Amino acid sequence: MNIVVCVKQVPDSAAKVVVEEGHITWGDAPLVINPWDEYAVEAALQKAKEHGGKVTALGLGKEEETEALKHALAMGCNEAIMISDPALVRIDNLAAAKAIAAAIRKMDEVDLVVFGKQAIDSDTGMMAAQVARLLGLPALTLVSAIPALDPDSKTIRVVRSIEEGKQVVEGKLPAVISVGKDYGEPRYPSFMGIRKAARATIPVWGLEDLGIEAPSPVVLWSEVMNPPVRDVTTEIIEGETPKEIAEKLADKIMAEKVI
Amino acid sequence: MDFDLTEEQSMVQKMVRDFAQKEIVPTIKEQDRKQEMAPFVIPRMGELGILGACIPVRYGGQGMDYISLGLACEELEAVDTSLRVVLSVHTGLCALTLLQWGTEDQKQKYLNPLAKGELVGCGAFSEPGAGSDFANIVGSAKRDGDVYVLNGEKMWISLANVADIAVVTMRTNPHAEKLSRGLTTFLVDLHSPGVTRDDIHGKLGVRAGSTGWISFQDVRVPVENRIGEEGEGFKVTMSSFDNGRYTVAAGATGLIRASLEASVAYAKERKTFGKPISNHQMIQAKIARMSRDYEASRLLYLRAGTLKNQGIRNTRETSLAKWVATEASFNAASEAVQIHGGYGFSDEYNVERYLRNAKGAMIYEGSNEIQQLIQASYALGYRKDKPLRRELPAFDEEYWQEENL
Ligand SMILES: Cc1cc2nc3c(=O)[nH]c(=O)nc-3n(C[C@H](O)[C@H](O)[C@H](O)COP(=O)(O)OP(=O)(O)OC[C@H]3O[C@@H](n4cnc5c(N)ncnc54)[C@H](O)[C@@H]3O)c2cc1C
Ligand SMILES: Cc1cc2nc3c(=O)[nH]c(=O)nc-3n(C[C@H](O)[C@H](O)[C@H](O)COP(=O)(O)OP(=O)(O)OC[C@H]3O[C@@H](n4cnc5c(N)ncnc54)[C@H](O)[C@@H]3O)c2cc1C
Repeated sequence: MNIVVCVKQVPDSAAKVVVEEGHITWGDAPLVINPWDEYAVEAALQKAKEHGGKVTALGLGKEEETEALKHALAMGCNEAIMISDPALVRIDNLAAAKAIAAAIRKMDEVDLVVFGKQAIDSDTGMMAAQVARLLGLPALTLVSAIPALDPDSKTIRVVRSIEEGKQVVEGKLPAVISVGKDYGEPRYPSFMGIRKAARATIPVWGLEDLGIEAPSPVVLWSEVMNPPVRDVTTEIIEGETPKEIAEKLADKIMAEKVI
Repeated sequence: MDFDLTEEQSMVQKMVRDFAQKEIVPTIKEQDRKQEMAPFVIPRMGELGILGACIPVRYGGQGMDYISLGLACEELEAVDTSLRVVLSVHTGLCALTLLQWGTEDQKQKYLNPLAKGELVGCGAFSEPGAGSDFANIVGSAKRDGDVYVLNGEKMWISLANVADIAVVTMRTNPHAEKLSRGLTTFLVDLHSPGVTRDDIHGKLGVRAGSTGWISFQDVRVPVENRIGEEGEGFKVTMSSFDNGRYTVAAGATGLIRASLEASVAYAKERKTFGKPISNHQMIQAKIARMSRDYEASRLLYLRAGTLKNQGIRNTRETSLAKWVATEASFNAASEAVQIHGGYGFSDEYNVERYLRNAKGAMIYEGSNEIQQLIQASYALGYRKDKPLRRELPAFDEEYWQEENL
């Protein structure tokens, strides 16, 4: 099996992301692997172990921003590739999907492409579907389990966690999947993996390597601003019995015209 | 000295942080109340390689450097002191003593399983009657053919009830000219006949950890388990402390950080006199002091770790790092409780636990009074380090990480 797992680098979830002079900044907070992508790496590594084969981590970003790829290597991925090009700075989601799809096309015979369900910075959750569409592959998103996968007959069955409940779907390989939290806790990087990752040099693929033109964005960020500050006050409603508290709460809600 | 972390060190730090945050934070308050270590903790630390992080791969370890050990301690104690204590005694007092003083056979037989977490180790030096005045211990070891026969009691021993093996120093020569010359160190299998042990309950802090006593009654220890030469026990023990103290210094730095982070979060949220208490200058002074102490303590332990990596004797620097960081951590935790007002006094918040835990580190691994005596004696020129017969080996990446020997 040849598995590609796409990982994105995002500001640490504890970072405070704000707009300063029209630019988004997270101060000096560290960049980390998008937490959802850790589940994707976990799924990819498990499947590679079960069926043999290798896992390649694929990232897109500035050449030096390799933390996410190194984290994926330290977790156990066999290789990592960074897509980076000055023309890919500040692009939109679709343009990024085009670059990623081109990189996957460049690799030989990929059986499975794995994404995290969304990225915690842009939060669109569209990347897996977009890349699948560009590659003409089935998109199986929001996967919480992969009960069956057969590289010989080229089939995959997954459980999707959707709002309405669980859904079991089957598809043909190669396929693109996106993985959510229900998949199970991702492993930590091992020390051996850390040593390997720290030494790895990650090949960089630019537009020329991918053989594509600079994708032109369809979405432009003409202006970004901080959300208005909301003044929140908390009031604890007390009472002798739950009934009394509930009644007081109901009165309050009416009085405040919440409903 | 370059205090920037390497990529490898940063990844180790993040990995240990993730482990502690994800797996320990959810249950630590409960374990502290129950005065028990959760049974999964040590096996899990072994499985993840944390117990052997800085031991060469050839001896079953993970091949990281001594700074990585310090970083792991900082991350662990930022969650709970009991976790860091495991590294202090298992790795600091036991495994590193073997790495420094052990014969090749001893390393193969004991360091290997220790590094992998298949055996848990501790260091048993203090006695009911002698802690600071360590040269005055009375526990004895008498040679009888191919074995030494050990008798005596060790007190306040971390992991007493959990460990499989212990580095133990006993008196072999009651007639030595100097008390300190009559001591010898051994590696003792704690499952041997004649060993009894138990935990001490009712401790002020480190309640989620094991601290206890170990009694030796005619315990027969083979001669090949002697660490170093007969009469060399004082030196062996003091070099164990150079490593144990380092982990304590790094851990205490983590406790300062935890106190600082809790204080910052609370101070921004809590309002008095119409504004967040973080806007009151007296609260700011406390926060300022915690930040200062965190940075200073961190630099001091990183310096000690750098010296260890370079194979340079660091008794003075390590002792200073331990003294500064543990005193500052007690202060930081106390001020964190203060900032939390009435809530800080309750175990609904973590800061009261930080305060109780911080006190121990001012006592163990050489009390802070002893650290001051050490610092003074260097400053006054009363003390000079003489080279040891066996020094802690410098970190050599190639040697440390060589595989498939
Ligand atoms: C939680 C915990 C874990 C421990 N774990 C271990 C362990 O794993 N292994 C181990 O061997 N021991 C361990 N100890 C024991 C610890 O090392 C001793 O408690 C410590 O060395 C102090 O010895 P003591 O308790 O006998 O106090 P004492 O030596 O009796 O000292 C009492 C007080 O007098 C002060 N004092 C002593 N001499 C002087 C002096 N010359 N000048 C000024 N003041 C002085 C001391 O600083 C202290 O404040 C642990 C202790 C604790 C609390
Ligand atoms: C064991 C115990 C028993 C108690 N018993 C009683 C009792 O019998 N009756 C009773 O009424 N209350 C009692 N209390 C409550 C106690 O009086 C309050 O906890 C105390 O007044 C602090 O208030 P707080 O906890 O709301 O902290 P806060 O007022 O929120 O203060 C938090 C921190 O901010 C500091 N701070 C606040 N304002 C400023 C400022 N302007 N400048 C600088 N620093 C500032 C405080 O000193 C504190 O360090 C008790 C508390 C405890 C812990």
